[in-house]
Amino acid sequence: MKLRGDNALFRRSELLGLLAFATLILVMLPAALDIFRLNLVGKYLTYAFVTIGLVVCWGYAGILSLGQGIFFGLGGYCMAMFLKLEASSVENTKIQSTPGIPDFMDWNQLTALPWFWKPFENLGVTLAAVVLVPTLFAFIIGAAMFKRRVGGVYFAIITQAVALILTILIVGQQGYTGGINGITDLRTLKGWDIRSDGAKLTLYYIECGLLLAAIVATQLVTRSKLGRILVAMRDKEDRVRFSGYSVSSFKIFAFCFAAALAALGGAMFTLQVGFMSPSFVGIVPSIEMVIYTAVGGRSSILGSVCGALLVNFAKTRLSESFPELWLFGLGALFVVVVLSFPEGLAGVYRSSAPRLARSFVAKLRALWRTPMTRSLDHELAE
Amino acid sequence: MLGDYSLSDLGSIFVMQGFAGLILFSVFLLMALGLAIIFGQMGVINMAHGEFMILGAYMTYLTSKLFETYLPALFPGYFFVAMIVAFLAAALLGAMVEWALISRLYKRPLDTMLATWGLSLILQQLYRSIFGAREVGVELPPWMLGSWQITSTIEVPINGMFVMALTAVITAGVALLIYKSRLGRQVRAVVQNRVMAGAVGIDTQKVDRATFALGCGIAGIAGSAFTMVGSTGPTAGQLYIVDSFLVVVFGGAQSLIGTIASAFTISQSRSTLEFFTSGSMAQVATLIGVVVILMLRPQGLFATKVRR
Amino acid sequence: MTTKSGDARNLSRRQMLSALAATPALGFIGRPALAASAANTTGLAVTDSEVTVGILHSVTGTMAISETGSVEAEKLAIEQINSIGGVLGRKIKFVQEDGASDWPTFAEKAKKLLVNDKCAAVFGCWTSASRKAVLPVFEQYNGMLYCPTFYEGLEQSKNVIYTGQEATQQIIAGLNWVTKQKGAKSFYLLGSDYIWPRTSNKIARKHIENVLKTKVVGEEYFPLGHTQFNSVINKIKLTKPDVIYAIIVGGSNVAFYKQLKAAGIDLSKQTLLTISVTEDEIDGIGGENIAGAYACMKYFQSLDNANNKGFVSAFQKKWGDKTVIGDVTQAAYLGPWLWKLTVEKAGSFDIDKVAAASPGVEFKGAPEGYVRIHENHHLWSKTRVGRARADGQYEVIYETAELVQPDPFPKGYQ
Repeated sequence: MKLRGDNALFRRSELLGLLAFATLILVMLPAALDIFRLNLVGKYLTYAFVTIGLVVCWGYAGILSLGQGIFFGLGGYCMAMFLKLEASSVENTKIQSTPGIPDFMDWNQLTALPWFWKPFENLGVTLAAVVLVPTLFAFIIGAAMFKRRVGGVYFAIITQAVALILTILIVGQQGYTGGINGITDLRTLKGWDIRSDGAKLTLYYIECGLLLAAIVATQLVTRSKLGRILVAMRDKEDRVRFSGYSVSSFKIFAFCFAAALAALGGAMFTLQVGFMSPSFVGIVPSIEMVIYTAVGGRSSILGSVCGALLVNFAKTRLSESFPELWLFGLGALFVVVVLSFPEGLAGVYRSSAPRLARSFVAKLRALWRTPMTRSLDHELAE
Repeated sequence: MLGDYSLSDLGSIFVMQGFAGLILFSVFLLMALGLAIIFGQMGVINMAHGEFMILGAYMTYLTSKLFETYLPALFPGYFFVAMIVAFLAAALLGAMVEWALISRLYKRPLDTMLATWGLSLILQQLYRSIFGAREVGVELPPWMLGSWQITSTIEVPINGMFVMALTAVITAGVALLIYKSRLGRQVRAVVQNRVMAGAVGIDTQKVDRATFALGCGIAGIAGSAFTMVGSTGPTAGQLYIVDSFLVVVFGGAQSLIGTIASAFTISQSRSTLEFFTSGSMAQVATLIGVVVILMLRPQGLFATKVRR
Repeated sequence: MTTKSGDARNLSRRQMLSALAATPALGFIGRPALAASAANTTGLAVTDSEVTVGILHSVTGTMAISETGSVEAEKLAIEQINSIGGVLGRKIKFVQEDGASDWPTFAEKAKKLLVNDKCAAVFGCWTSASRKAVLPVFEQYNGMLYCPTFYEGLEQSKNVIYTGQEATQQIIAGLNWVTKQKGAKSFYLLGSDYIWPRTSNKIARKHIENVLKTKVVGEEYFPLGHTQFNSVINKIKLTKPDVIYAIIVGGSNVAFYKQLKAAGIDLSKQTLLTISVTEDEIDGIGGENIAGAYACMKYFQSLDNANNKGFVSAFQKKWGDKTVIGDVTQAAYLGPWLWKLTVEKAGSFDIDKVAAASPGVEFKGAPEGYVRIHENHHLWSKTRVGRARADGQYEVIYETAELVQPDPFPKGYQ
């Protein structure tokens, strides 16, 4: 793999950024935080999957989707269905009138498992469904819209409507979906207790691995010819079309790619948090995810990941310290970022990175000579 | 389900249901009008639209309290004053928002959505800090409550009629303003070609500010009127936002006729479906219908042909 | 244990006050009856002078409308308990977290309160969804939750005390009353579309059809936040039910009652029974729009007894003259008191001991009169029917003679 030049997968600065980020999530955070806080970081990182997808879909291809919650939710629900079935063994549910089915079905007088729950008894099928179901759904929406050249604001509002429809359906069909409570009380994965501290740590590392893989995969997409067509399409759609490219196919690809990543995030969310509810499918979380991307930088993969981390971190911190006022801070953050930093944190970083990086490294060297930062120095220096 | 009833019963239900549909139509249209101006004419996606409506509702609440305390004799008529106050307050805030936020974002229309979303969070928290987290009850003048008995079985709510009349007046006013007035011509000119409009001497900045303020002001009036049918709380505005956008988009963003037609279609189908099925299913079915039609006809019902 | 009570430690507030008057030094000098190490063997945040508890409600988002009252009641109860010497001689310190009307946030904050702050008890949650989200957390980290809302039942946990009524307590007495008093033969069931109204209406339907042998002429649900009810009002006019049974929540309530009134349905003639409108909701609806409706729950602000008068005046003194108190607010007020009584009965803050000591604990100072914890961790309580007046208060017109037994898994109603 070449590292320099226009054809390389990563530019030098990007590679450094990625290494620093990997060190941060793989070494520094686990060392610095207790398992409770680390689990929270794990939760924030599930949104990073969505924001990476949005970078491709929105930052590169120019398709603003206000319905990423749909895919996040679908992925999460697929995972939750499997875990719920495992938690609802005949033994665990013997007080129900129909043992062996999830508790909420029993409350709603269902006496047998609905057909669409059946496949989720199998882990392999579930893992496939986690990615395939949302991607297929995205394909249907995408194909229907992009073939007819629906774009821009219209697309954004239609995805919003779809998110609303799905929320109302999930809430209304509570016998099949758990309703507004969602699917709760998930315990084990193939007998492995996902609630224990050890499991949380393992899941965190699995997630970090997946996230890094997703970053590399996305980088592959954006640095390839495909990525350039996406950018060209965003800037002058008609010219790309006249050059003989099938614009709609590229758009469908970008949308499906983002959906698949969001679904992966959703599944990891279910595993880490232990439940899934319709409040992730709706409009508000979908818009929030777009905002994480905007804060981080819509055309920077690593930037958007940091956006997801920082906004959520701020949310937790502010709401712990000022529970009644934190919305002011959050609202103001969005307004300021959109007004003054259209390219988000990544834009700020790019414009002042070299100077900042130098002084930062110098400060680090001077101030903390702990083993951890020394290893970071080491890596930065390399 | 209708087999057991007499013909006259069915007849009166039919009439009342017709009115129910018309009231819903007025509510949808009123809610969408402000947005039709801001989104349709300016291309700005104002996610804080619902919060401007709630501002109108809170202004109505304050006015009612003022009248109750200082002018109890004039209380029956306070609602008209309240609507004017609501319009002015929302328009003023709108102008300020345009100056501080929107005017910096005309080149990035999708970003207006993010900025106004942040604004809506701030406004919600502001309402919560000022008026408390609980809903406030807006007391209506007695003449607005109750219903108009047409026959022994047909009754029509008076506040519904009031909303209908109000909607008709405001719609007519907006149509006149956009199609007949000087400001309207300037607005349309700016929409079609900002640079050219500036070149022929239109103060585009002023026009933008006036348009945005007008749209927000109408949202304020809508919010004031909705105290008659809905609740007034810090987060109540979020309930309206998706419906409003769908009405505007479904109608074809730049067409006032389109907005009216789409409000009519959506409200009639929802109200009819609600009668024959149930509330939740009716909403889902209507939304699916709208989405499918939008996929088939992406520019909405009444699209103006524009060159890009 | 359920019927026999009167353990020496179960003092009423009045008794407690006199007892404390006799030993004024208790709790103020910092010499508690039990050393922290003895009263707390599991590492909770208990020192010789202080004990930390959590308050976990939404103060932002759509649920803040409903949950604000609960926060206020819990803070008042904690303040009152501190003023008479605290719990086992320790002052209560509280940590407040915001659930932000978002269920995962509730789970996250619950975990924070248990793991980071080591709270000895948490008072919080309102919606079923938030409770379902935190329940696994409380069971895993062994915490104690006092949850104030009336709810659909079908749940019971060692780690939760339900200070609100479960569905059968609230529903059956009301339906019996309306059938007997109003001779009701037909019911129209309405609800917001989520688990509590649906489950409650299911219980109501079974009771109406199987026990009362009358009929349900319609049943319908609306998405949360729905504001247009004209179509269903027409349907009600068409079917002419004897009773409209409404379980509509949140902002939809305001729209529903305003439109009902505007459509000419006169609640002084048409019987409407609700289990979801407390005095808090009437504040938003406007008393004149709902006057005449009947509500069935365990507490109304207008209850005429000494406990309640003291509670209402203390509450309004702390939170403003105009503040109204609904059923859930009162239930939230019970939480800290029941916890205090239980801890003192157990002689320990340990969760396991508190959970085990809970059944049989009685609180004679409850504003609603008297409550006792059942073995299933719900409360024995009376059920009352009130009629809404134009001034926003309810006039209590019926109460069950006996305490109603909580039955979260009702046989024949599932």
